[in-house]
Amino acid sequence: MIEIKNLHATVDGKEILKGVDLTIRPGEVHAIMGPNGAGKSTMSYVLAGRDGYEVTEGSVTYYGKDLLAMEPEERAAEGVFLAFQYPVEIPGVGNTTFLKTAINAIRKHRGEKELDAMQFLKLIREKTKALGMSDEMLKRAVNVGFSGGEKKRNETLQMAVLEPKFAILDETDSGLDIDALKIVAEGVNALRSPERSMLVITHYQRLLDYIVPDHVHVLAAGRIVKSGGKELALELEKNGYRDFGASEAA
Amino acid sequence: MTANHSPLHPMTYSTRGADPATAPALLAPLDQVGAGLPGSGLSWLTDLRAVGRERFAAVGLPTIKNESWRYTNLRDLAKTSFQPAAPAAAAIDLLPTVRAEGQDGPRLVFVDGRFRGDLSSVEGLPPGVELLSIAAALTSHTDLLADHIGRLAAADDRPLVALNSAYLADGPVLHVPAGVQVERPIELVFVSVGSEVQATSCHPRSLLIAEAGSKAVVVEHHVGRGTGTTLANHVTEVFVGEGATLHHYKSQRDGGGAIHLSHIAATVATGGCYDNFILTTGAKLSRNEVVSRLDGTDARTHVSGGYLVRGTQHADTTTLIVHAQPNGTSREVYKGVIDDTARAVFQGKITVCPGAQKTDGYQLNRALLLSDGAEIDSKPELEIHADDVKCSHGCTAGELDDDALFYLRARGIDRDTAQGLLIGAFLSESLGEIAEESIRDAFQGIVAGWLEEQK
Repeated sequence: MIEIKNLHATVDGKEILKGVDLTIRPGEVHAIMGPNGAGKSTMSYVLAGRDGYEVTEGSVTYYGKDLLAMEPEERAAEGVFLAFQYPVEIPGVGNTTFLKTAINAIRKHRGEKELDAMQFLKLIREKTKALGMSDEMLKRAVNVGFSGGEKKRNETLQMAVLEPKFAILDETDSGLDIDALKIVAEGVNALRSPERSMLVITHYQRLLDYIVPDHVHVLAAGRIVKSGGKELALELEKNGYRDFGASEAA
Repeated sequence: MTANHSPLHPMTYSTRGADPATAPALLAPLDQVGAGLPGSGLSWLTDLRAVGRERFAAVGLPTIKNESWRYTNLRDLAKTSFQPAAPAAAAIDLLPTVRAEGQDGPRLVFVDGRFRGDLSSVEGLPPGVELLSIAAALTSHTDLLADHIGRLAAADDRPLVALNSAYLADGPVLHVPAGVQVERPIELVFVSVGSEVQATSCHPRSLLIAEAGSKAVVVEHHVGRGTGTTLANHVTEVFVGEGATLHHYKSQRDGGGAIHLSHIAATVATGGCYDNFILTTGAKLSRNEVVSRLDGTDARTHVSGGYLVRGTQHADTTTLIVHAQPNGTSREVYKGVIDDTARAVFQGKITVCPGAQKTDGYQLNRALLLSDGAEIDSKPELEIHADDVKCSHGCTAGELDDDALFYLRARGIDRDTAQGLLIGAFLSESLGEIAEESIRDAFQGIVAGWLEEQK
């Protein structure tokens, strides 16, 4: 279970999160919607542990542990996964090397035996096939020269391989056409399970047609101002974020 | 016999900004060893030594007032009193190699500048190929030495070359006759042992000659086995004949007390190719000068490397590519990683002589600074006297990409490993310049070892 209590965070001295409260139970999918500048991406970075995002107040308890005290790699090893809005291109580091290093780092942390080259290849073939990814994408450098859709598929592949307990999907739909969105959403849905929680961050309701949440929250000006079921997303789609003090066009 | 000892190329470096007061201390050991130097019956050699000595006595060590030495200060060297390295009979185990385990091949080993036959092997070389020490060649191959030594590296305007000539006694000689292809890499191993109680110096001279149409790969290893202060002042002369190819790789991982100075001067004839790659990870102070002259048309030279320094290390790379004839291609790709308060210097000059049309020159130096105290001084220079040429250069200095680092860590990869992956990726562009896969792998292994030491 993930319990976020009164979370305040600043970036460059400016307060972005102003007291977020949110509880996510195993197996639940929560969506956070909100206008641009509401603090959605800040929230995802704070949870993943990015430098430069300073928590000034509040707590995040992750399965009984103080999440905010952990380094980013410890959080990942404990099962936190951030699917990036803008996956980073890393020239010179092969996608396969990256995936293998990551999975073995996490397995080591969990006290599991590291995968050898053969075991890793078998696993990766299975997962790429399910996501309709080519072998060629594995041979290239991490995200280098990938289209928007390929990058998001690569994020989904990493999620499938690393099998997190808590996945944060930051604007997963940005930069995707409808076909790519369907493929990525299918990949994500395939990973839904009673043990796995998800936090889907999005500006648009569209994504939630494909990844249907259990709960929807509206984040505005650094606070959750409204919570409800999946129907709240449809309401927002109709009325926009005007009621929450933001211009719709933002 | 008569030999031509006038240098083939007048050098452009000035001796202004040198300090004669520093000369006596560095020349003092010569009084102890001078009379015992081999080849005392060869007048060209005694002349060469005398000119070197005279020249160095007159100018001394370069100072930072010399434009070419602006960023590398030899002040500490000037303050140290050196003894000539004693002949080391010490057992040397675990000699570095690029060969796979159990594989042997031609190898010459020098300990503190002196040839160690017991550690060397010249078996398996194709007929006609000569690989021996200068000390031995002074008896058996005097003409070969007389025809080549001092032709490229002139004492006139490089004080350290003059100093090397004053002490000239030993070092490797490789002679590949016309048309001969040497398949296996030839390894040259220089071990610095020195002394625990006294700073020691040596001045090895190397001679690499690839005659027309021949091909060879030379790998130099420089390693330290002691903790004392050692000065190795190397001079290497490289002759690449018409249509010949010489790949010359060097790994310098001397110990923390080492001062490594090296001047490599190469000439490439028509259609020839000289590739040089230097990986620097060792020594407290190092300077690698590479001068590659394309003296024939359609010649090619790739002069590249990597420098990885930390602590208070200082690594200087100074290159000069001279396009003397048309249709030449030169390429330089250097990558550096600098940590702590270490400092690196890159000075790269490309000169295109009048008439050297259709020259294609490319130079890149990229440095990665891992700490606030790390420093890189870059000075690229193009001097072009022809109008139909393509020359470009680029210099950058930057830090590790925070976004990439966070991305890797967010996937469970710890900070050190993530940094290692990014540094390895950064260096791969220059290591990719090494044509032979086995040597590239071996050098990559040295980089991995360096990264490992950091943890």
